Amino acid sequence: MTAPSTNIPVPAADFRPSLYKTDSRTKRRNAAETRFRAYGIAAVAFGVLALVVLLTSVLSQGLSAFRQTTMVMQVELDPAVLDKTGNRDPAELGKVTTITYGRLLDDALNKELAGKGLIPEGMSARDVSAMISKEAPAQLRKIVLADPSKIGSTISFDAWTGGRIDGFFKGRVTMESAQLDSNVTPEQLQLAQAMRDAGLITMPFNWAFITGPDASEVRPEAAGLGVAILGSAYMMLIVLALALPIGVAASIYLEEFASKNWFTDLIEVNIANLAAVPSIVFGILGLAVFINFAGMPQSSPLVGGLVLTLMTLPTIIISTRAALKAVPPSIKDAALGVGASKTQTIFHHVLPLAMPGILTGTIIGLAQALGETAPLLLIGMVAFVRDYPGAPPEGFLDPASALPVQVYNFTQRADPAFVERASGAIIVLLVFLLAMNILAVILRRKFERRW
Amino acid sequence: MNSVKLGVSALALVAVSATGSYARDQIQTAGSSTVLPYATIVAEAFGENFDFPTPVVESGGSGAGRKKLCEGVGENTIDIANSSSRISQSDIDTCKANGVNEIMEVRFGYDGIVFASDINGPQFAYTPADWYNALAANVAKDGALVANPNKTWQDVNADFPAQELLAFIPGTKHGTREVFDEKVIVAGCKASGAFDLFAAASTGADDKAKAADAAKACNDLRKDGVSVDIDGDYTETLARIAANKNAIGVFGLSFYQNNTDKLRVATVDGVTPSVETVAKGEYPVSRPLYFYVKKAHIGVVPGLQEYIDFFVSDDMAGPDGPLAAYGLVPDPELAKTQEDVANDVAMGPLQ
Repeated sequence: MTAPSTNIPVPAADFRPSLYKTDSRTKRRNAAETRFRAYGIAAVAFGVLALVVLLTSVLSQGLSAFRQTTMVMQVELDPAVLDKTGNRDPAELGKVTTITYGRLLDDALNKELAGKGLIPEGMSARDVSAMISKEAPAQLRKIVLADPSKIGSTISFDAWTGGRIDGFFKGRVTMESAQLDSNVTPEQLQLAQAMRDAGLITMPFNWAFITGPDASEVRPEAAGLGVAILGSAYMMLIVLALALPIGVAASIYLEEFASKNWFTDLIEVNIANLAAVPSIVFGILGLAVFINFAGMPQSSPLVGGLVLTLMTLPTIIISTRAALKAVPPSIKDAALGVGASKTQTIFHHVLPLAMPGILTGTIIGLAQALGETAPLLLIGMVAFVRDYPGAPPEGFLDPASALPVQVYNFTQRADPAFVERASGAIIVLLVFLLAMNILAVILRRKFERRW
Repeated sequence: MNSVKLGVSALALVAVSATGSYARDQIQTAGSSTVLPYATIVAEAFGENFDFPTPVVESGGSGAGRKKLCEGVGENTIDIANSSSRISQSDIDTCKANGVNEIMEVRFGYDGIVFASDINGPQFAYTPADWYNALAANVAKDGALVANPNKTWQDVNADFPAQELLAFIPGTKHGTREVFDEKVIVAGCKASGAFDLFAAASTGADDKAKAADAAKACNDLRKDGVSVDIDGDYTETLARIAANKNAIGVFGLSFYQNNTDKLRVATVDGVTPSVETVAKGEYPVSRPLYFYVKKAHIGVVPGLQEYIDFFVSDDMAGPDGPLAAYGLVPDPELAKTQEDVANDVAMGPLQ
């Protein structure tokens, strides 16, 4: 920009300023304003468009993960197969492997097919049994081991179908792709369609996707987020329990008690810098300090929570200090004036008024920690974990995974069915983040006071 | 202040857990992303059928896994490293320095490496020499070394279509890349005559030094964007091929078998890759898969012996087991491996 004085047009001899006639300079100023508004709208539109594209792609790919193709069948739990000695001894029942249970399911499926008059044409017995998920025998075994008295009776069992059959009803697998696919035949798909028409196959809501553990590559239909959600929840608990009190205490001291000198300035600069440190650095620190030095167990939510606490602390301290600063000095002065001590002033007046800001900062910090993968990579949480961690506090030491880690893991798998699972996991993660942000807004509204 | 109480109790918990001794009851493994699917299949079946917890399987690459294995002995170090390439002497030395003296080497099968392109593209029949002439920085032409002039597959081999040259190969951190360099690029280098030219041009003292120089020169790939290193997993290669239909990608056999509806596989030396052809040794590009067990942890970590026995059992790694169904090429000498694992035979010095 040139200096404004050079921009002012020199009045001509017949120059008569009029409010009704816009001169060229006003026109230019108005045009600049219109242009700027257009830029603003374009920027907002770009953001909205990006969000819409992201959400559509995630939702269109991931929503199907919440439904699961299931075969309903009557399974006869034959005592001659499951309990040869007949004494229902749990130790002996435990020796019967999933291979035996798989055969029971094959028999049950064949019986169901025969009952509906469906003949699997051009299919080997192996092809028919391949339509059942490999997870189903394990589930049946769990049911029997949990209640051995069921042996001898016929139970109704919902067996999942294999990933490709599931994909067929979700539009991912077609007759054409099945021709080329080595894991499914068109005959299997035809039989599946016939079973669907006969009511043998249903597609209920897939609770197991939210509650179930991860599964290996050969059973994508069984992969769930249960362990990851628990792991993330444990870590958030630890972060909340550690970062909030430490962060608030640190900021109150720095803001209200500490004297202003070069040392506190140094601390302040460091906190601001720590907030910008890449999160993987905290992972390296966690590996060195918590695992190698303190000897805490790998892959545990405890170590994950501690690392994320370190990562979240600067965020919480900065937002808490901002919230404390925003409390009007008149309130502090009034409290001090009527004889309250400094501590009383802070805890009775300043802190309650700063609460909405502190809570917002904390929840935003937690949400940031919830979505973090990089530091967890180094402490062994980016792993295949199938057993649920125990109840806290011991459970904090058991191996667990985390939600963003599960998304990352799913995207690395070879089976195309995991694409759906990954998008489904993103949806769950987004729902959690959204819930946290809504909570932040509600808390702020509830506690906010205006002057 | 409730949150303060909560924080204090949490701090106390942390202090207790940090000082108290902690007994790990699940197996921990880490390493190769090629072995990862096999390890998860075994871990899952192990957790289902045994009274032990499901082992934790971490990915991260063969080298990273072996490094973690060699960090020392104790509850907070891993028990097993999965690896798609053989352990090196430097790893063994690191292990020794950290007190990990006895390691069991278990070879549980083989993996094929395949070349595949978009399902709607043309069918290719490669020889290693084709790949060398397509990707190497310098190729042999009329008995002399020249900078690679080839632009299309037709330039490489007159039988191929005039498709633009573009290849996605595994990045150098992958174990797969080592095999690709050795069995495809160096083999092709020798077949095309470039190896002898490199050896002749070498200033090495004896034949051995000249051969080493030549092998190094062979692995010098062109840097004009024709050969693209993929540092991610095969899923990334697949996505890149979906975006650029002219490209050829390098995949593991099991990955291809799970995506046969999207990929068209090329033959090498006239052999179509499959579990059978790799097992028979007909398909030339394959490599053994290993896992390395820290012997000091056997009997300490519950279920470790049972897990490794189960991994190499016929039910898992045998020709009819789930690993073979997923794409593992079964080891013909599995019986010997089973015996060694059952007897906890530690590996001797590298030959």
